[in-house]
Amino acid sequence: MIHSLFLVNSSGDIFLEKHWKSVVSRSVCDYFFEAQERASEPENVPPVIPTPHHYLISVLRHRIYFVAVIQSEVPPLFVIEFLHRVVDTFQDYFGVCTEAAIKDNVVVVYELLEEMLDNGFPLATESNILKELIKPPTILRTVVNTITGSTNVGEQLPTGQLSVVPWRRTGVKYTNNEAYFDVVEEIDAIIDKSGSTITAEIQGVIDACVKLTGMPDLTLSFMNPRLLDDVSFHPCVRFKRWEAERILSFIPPDGNFRLLSYHVSSQNLVAIPVYVKHNITFREGSSQGRFELTLGPKQTMGKAVESVLVNSQLPRGVLNVNLNPSQGTYTFDPVTKLLSWDLGKINPQKLPSLKGSMSLQAGACKPDENPTINIQFKIQQMAISGLKVNRLDMYGEKYKPFKGIKYMTKAGKFQVRT
Amino acid sequence: MSSSSAFNDDKGGSSSIGEPEYGHDPASGGIFSSDYKRHDDLKEMLDSNKDSLKLEAMKRIVAMIARGKNASDLFPAVVKNVACKNIEVKKLVYVYLVRYAEEQQDLALLSISTFQRGLKDPNQLIRASALRVLSSIRVTIIVPIMMLAIREAASDMSPYVRKTAAHAIPKLYSLDPDQKDQLIEVIEKLLADKTTLVAGSVVMAFEEVCPERIDLIHKNYRKLCNLLIDVEEWGQVVIINMLTRYARTQFLNPNANESLLEEGTEKAFYGSDEDEGKEEKVEAAALVAKRKPYVMDPDHRLLLRNTKPLLQSRNAAVVMAVAQLYFHLAPKAEVGVIAKALVRLMRSHSEVQYVVLQNVATMSIKRRGMFEPYLKSFYIRSTDPTQIKVLKLEVLTNLANETNISTILREFQTYIKSMDKDFVAATIQAIGRCATSIGEVRDTCLNGLVQLLSNRDELVVAESVVVIKKLLQMQPERHSDIIKHMAKLTDNIQVPMARASILWLIGEYCEHIPKIAPDVLRKMAKSFTNEEDIVKLQVLNLAAKLYLTNSKQTKLLTQYVLNLAKYDQNYDIRDRARFIRQLIVPTDKSGALSKYAKKLFLALKPAPVLESPFKDRDHFQLGSLSHLLNAKAGGYQELPDWPEVAPDPSVRNVEVPEWTKCSSREKRKEKKVEKPFYSDSEGESGPTESADSDSDTGSGTGSGSEESGSESGSEESEGESESDKEEEEEKHKRKSKSRAKKSTQESEGSEPSSEDERKKPPKGKGPKAASDSESEEEEEEEESSSESSESESEGESESDTDTRMKQKTCASKPPPRQPKKETEMSLLDLDDFEPTPSPQVTPVNNFVSSSLVTDLEGLSLSDSALSPAAVSPASGPVKSYELLHRITGEGLSVSYCFSRQPFSHDPHMVSVQMQFTNNGDTEARNLRIQEPKLQSGMRIAEFPEIDVLPPGETVTMVMGIDFSDSTQAANFQLCTHTRKFFLTIQPPVGELMMPVFMTENEFKKEQGQLTGMNEITEKLTLGETCQGDAAIVQRVTSTASLSRVPCGSEMKCRFAGKTVTSGSLVLVTIVTREQLVAQLTVNCEKMLIGTMLVKDILQALSQ
Repeated sequence: MIHSLFLVNSSGDIFLEKHWKSVVSRSVCDYFFEAQERASEPENVPPVIPTPHHYLISVLRHRIYFVAVIQSEVPPLFVIEFLHRVVDTFQDYFGVCTEAAIKDNVVVVYELLEEMLDNGFPLATESNILKELIKPPTILRTVVNTITGSTNVGEQLPTGQLSVVPWRRTGVKYTNNEAYFDVVEEIDAIIDKSGSTITAEIQGVIDACVKLTGMPDLTLSFMNPRLLDDVSFHPCVRFKRWEAERILSFIPPDGNFRLLSYHVSSQNLVAIPVYVKHNITFREGSSQGRFELTLGPKQTMGKAVESVLVNSQLPRGVLNVNLNPSQGTYTFDPVTKLLSWDLGKINPQKLPSLKGSMSLQAGACKPDENPTINIQFKIQQMAISGLKVNRLDMYGEKYKPFKGIKYMTKAGKFQVRT
Repeated sequence: MSSSSAFNDDKGGSSSIGEPEYGHDPASGGIFSSDYKRHDDLKEMLDSNKDSLKLEAMKRIVAMIARGKNASDLFPAVVKNVACKNIEVKKLVYVYLVRYAEEQQDLALLSISTFQRGLKDPNQLIRASALRVLSSIRVTIIVPIMMLAIREAASDMSPYVRKTAAHAIPKLYSLDPDQKDQLIEVIEKLLADKTTLVAGSVVMAFEEVCPERIDLIHKNYRKLCNLLIDVEEWGQVVIINMLTRYARTQFLNPNANESLLEEGTEKAFYGSDEDEGKEEKVEAAALVAKRKPYVMDPDHRLLLRNTKPLLQSRNAAVVMAVAQLYFHLAPKAEVGVIAKALVRLMRSHSEVQYVVLQNVATMSIKRRGMFEPYLKSFYIRSTDPTQIKVLKLEVLTNLANETNISTILREFQTYIKSMDKDFVAATIQAIGRCATSIGEVRDTCLNGLVQLLSNRDELVVAESVVVIKKLLQMQPERHSDIIKHMAKLTDNIQVPMARASILWLIGEYCEHIPKIAPDVLRKMAKSFTNEEDIVKLQVLNLAAKLYLTNSKQTKLLTQYVLNLAKYDQNYDIRDRARFIRQLIVPTDKSGALSKYAKKLFLALKPAPVLESPFKDRDHFQLGSLSHLLNAKAGGYQELPDWPEVAPDPSVRNVEVPEWTKCSSREKRKEKKVEKPFYSDSEGESGPTESADSDSDTGSGTGSGSEESGSESGSEESEGESESDKEEEEEKHKRKSKSRAKKSTQESEGSEPSSEDERKKPPKGKGPKAASDSESEEEEEEEESSSESSESESEGESESDTDTRMKQKTCASKPPPRQPKKETEMSLLDLDDFEPTPSPQVTPVNNFVSSSLVTDLEGLSLSDSALSPAAVSPASGPVKSYELLHRITGEGLSVSYCFSRQPFSHDPHMVSVQMQFTNNGDTEARNLRIQEPKLQSGMRIAEFPEIDVLPPGETVTMVMGIDFSDSTQAANFQLCTHTRKFFLTIQPPVGELMMPVFMTENEFKKEQGQLTGMNEITEKLTLGETCQGDAAIVQRVTSTASLSRVPCGSEMKCRFAGKTVTSGSLVLVTIVTREQLVAQLTVNCEKMLIGTMLVKDILQALSQ
């Protein structure tokens, strides 16, 4: 399966290599670098690159390429999914997954990679099992380790691997027993020139942070489970129960995990919480263009639209812009032609706007493409689909846990065509 | 900060602390000090007693390894610590060991004893980890130790250790492939394991070591299906992929019906309305259902049911695996469920999106309807990476149809304004494809593209030109103004491909723009030397075409251009110039060709077909690397084709499988219920039946002419002992199947029996009997057709007439014996029964009266459930031809006949049944085919080599030849161990086709499309003996492999077939006028075939 893994940073240096079978020379990455050069953008590097003797499958996360070397037929998604799992694990362990963090913790990284794959086939990828095998480095533990010379390799052997619930470690103990669930929904939408919705859908996830003693058995029920059009579960969820009763029943892993992700299809009318008025024009023959943009809230059920950020890739012909924001700040990068406007919260009484002029290259003709506007925003305490958790019950343990549920709506790929 | 860097600060005195990059990198302690010194330092630490020092040293070493630095010279110092108490040190030593053992084999052996001890540890986890490291050490000497360890671990109490053993198997296999047989034993053992922990790993080992040993899966199949949901995700992927392959070998195609339907609808899709499509569908369904009612194997169902919940997995690889399983295995109606899950995956990381979209693109070609509801999910955002955009575009194009095309085109319009020019170019091509596939929007698209010609971006213009060129080819006469417009563009466009396209267009349609064309040539002549090569070639082309159509104006220009080209640097251009000059400029020497110059250059060119690059990619297993690359990756296991006949399902039965027995019983019952339906028709056609059932059971002494006899026999056999059960069952099935076929196909008597023949492994007694009894056959046929009305009652006497079938008469009297025994006997006693009509030659073919034929066919249409056997070859008696006479063959004689069976390995081949007889007194060895000398386009699928042919024996083999729809002979050599013979097989034109089932309406429709040059009509006088429908039908079907089209009129006989290679329709109509005068019409796209067929049929009918 996976032969070797190379970690490549954005400047094209291999800063870590790991081999699970015979050593593959790092020169195999030259093919990757070639492909990287050909690609105009970093994300345009093809995920699968065939070379004479190997196949390179890579993912790009946090500006690091994780390049896996494959020698024979294997489902590409298998490798890609695994590489993402590696990144998630690093993030889980070190808080961030950057080149510096990996270099600082190179030994832990190596130990993790050693446990995650055996002979190139995934062995232990559950974060709960890994954490039993290798303790994540915390500041306290690092200090203690340096002084006492003790290790961050778990002393006891990983029993989780043997249990019927491999995702949960045994012997969990907390003084405060708590279970938090975050319902986070993202709206993906394409809005056309006239403001009508071309496509809109909601992707939601329920992320959980469960710190409960022992082996709790939880059930979570929704007020309106029919809303969920398509769902995918953490392996801990009992599928049969969901099929029959539309109830989530599970023994949770310890710590943070994604319980469920779901999809609310575009057939159900998706409420679009913001509207955009825009007027971007270039005049033929003149080296000036007009730029006007106004945002306003709609269908937000009284909740504030926050952290609004507007991005737009202006045409290549634009030299500079001279704009006037009614609130927030804007930046324009004359090299990449990226305009970005950070306006914060939308005040329904006084709508934020960005107006002004663009200067074009002298003599150049009017660009025939219009920029698209990408918008990011957040709305707290609301799930735009209307999904509501009904109740959370715990069985199997005696204590009374503290429970909490939070809702949030965010913009996913929210795009306005002009 | 890790502890190691802290250490570096106080301990690594020699290191350059200020060095920014290496400052916190423990591995490069002293970057400027020599390697020798630095490693000395580490060695010292490793030798110390303190664990903390050892740990530090190991951490620095591992960091070196991680950076790709060589640390192999520390091997001795590190290996010593393999037995260290500290777990982390130990683990790091393992890491080191596994990395360098291969390079330091001798020293690595020092560590082995530690692991051997570990293998005996009471703690399962220590046993497992010892095995894991031991098996990871790639040193050939320890192979026996590893083998032993794996064997032991495979029967360990702990499932975790067994899992590790499964992991160790591929490691050992890659180290020493000779251990394969032993490893397979271990795999077999572990496959039987009932824990979820082991299942995934052992299947992975199976896939790496012995993916071809599908037989190991049988007994574990149901268990794997049931465990699947609880296996860890990575194991699920491997198991699902393996089970997909398994299912393809063991079950029947649930869509066998649909695949035919699709063909029908595909044709009807564009341009014709839905109703027609439906009509065709119904017909096709009827046709298909005739084969045999499809019942899904419960095991097949089990697999589908148990994988479905995994579509909800969070792991994209699992979802993809299930999706491909459904795509490849599920009945068409159920495949839809995967669309939603796949669309969900598109929300994931862009790499996942990329892979999923590739697969969706392939699926959307075959199953467009599945993704149509999700059309909008494939809309493109400006922020998508280009490769994703292009793939989405591909999917959108595949999904386009009449109803959604307007929305899609509106989307495309916005894409054209994108800043990403590569993407714009792809969009233009997509528009072109939509325009070719959906006729209604062709003009709209064309207009849109023409507008793009004034775009400022040259790439966009160039791409538009190329696409417009393709579109214009479809109807040039209507668009001369566009061509004119494009002619003007030659002044501006610089992209060579676009210039070349424009020039080609002008040349091709110069007659539409007689004034402009010469002027363009003038301009091009001026700039000729500065053009790119492809443009130069097109200038030459244009010059040649203009010279031919308008030589007055362009003669000098052409001469000039040709002269320029004569001295060009590029030899292609020089060659082309020389060629063109010879061809178009008449000289006294110029050969016969120049007369045809105009035909050569200005022939009508077929319009190009714009196809998706994902077409036909589904012959790779979806989701696989090979599919993604569209090339076979190493270790890729082909997805086998569905078997024609399901292998015995009982192999999956495990020791005490109560329920499975029941289910198979049930199945049997079902079959029995069906029988009475058939028996009606069977009764009607007594004689046929007798011959059939005889060959059915292997032409033994047995079951005889009475259907009831053989039936009761099989019933009896059901009560037989367990041991016989399997074979029995198979046989039983086979039988009921062939019976099913018979009912509607009585008229094509010999068919079902030869069908049987194919299934029986020893292809007994070939066409020899046929040649012997041919004359008789014919006689008999005539007899039978005249007698057919009475034949019901005369079943037995009829069979008596065939004097050679002695057995039969006796068979009808004695109580039926067990059919199974008969088979065995017949296998053994081939010689005794040599004269027996062998299956495919059975002188059956009694053409039951034509009215009965039509009745039966009518029946088959009306009741799809009842009607099996569709396109199976109609046949008269099979003629056998001599290939090698026994004198020239020094005792070996070979004859061949066209069995009119579809060649199972390749449907485009004609199957030729060859019978080898050794008349000599020494045995012939190694009979095989060599060095076929074939005309282009022909192919041969050789028969498997015959090892030994003892004197007096006869062997029949089937080989496939793709004659590529020509009557050219296939030449090849037949080799024995001593000699070679040059042999030739020349097919009669009638054998180059296979029957197609059609209704009258359909026939008329198709015929309407094949008029003009494709229609040949001849008058003829029927021969004396050839009067009446039945005789005509018989004559025609024996001349050509066609099937009769049922029709109401008495006076008309229609036959339909298609050529084997290209599938062009062959339609034959015979209208009888008066007594002996008739008219024969043949419609066929391939004129040559049509002409020859007319000749052959004429001859057959007028005899």
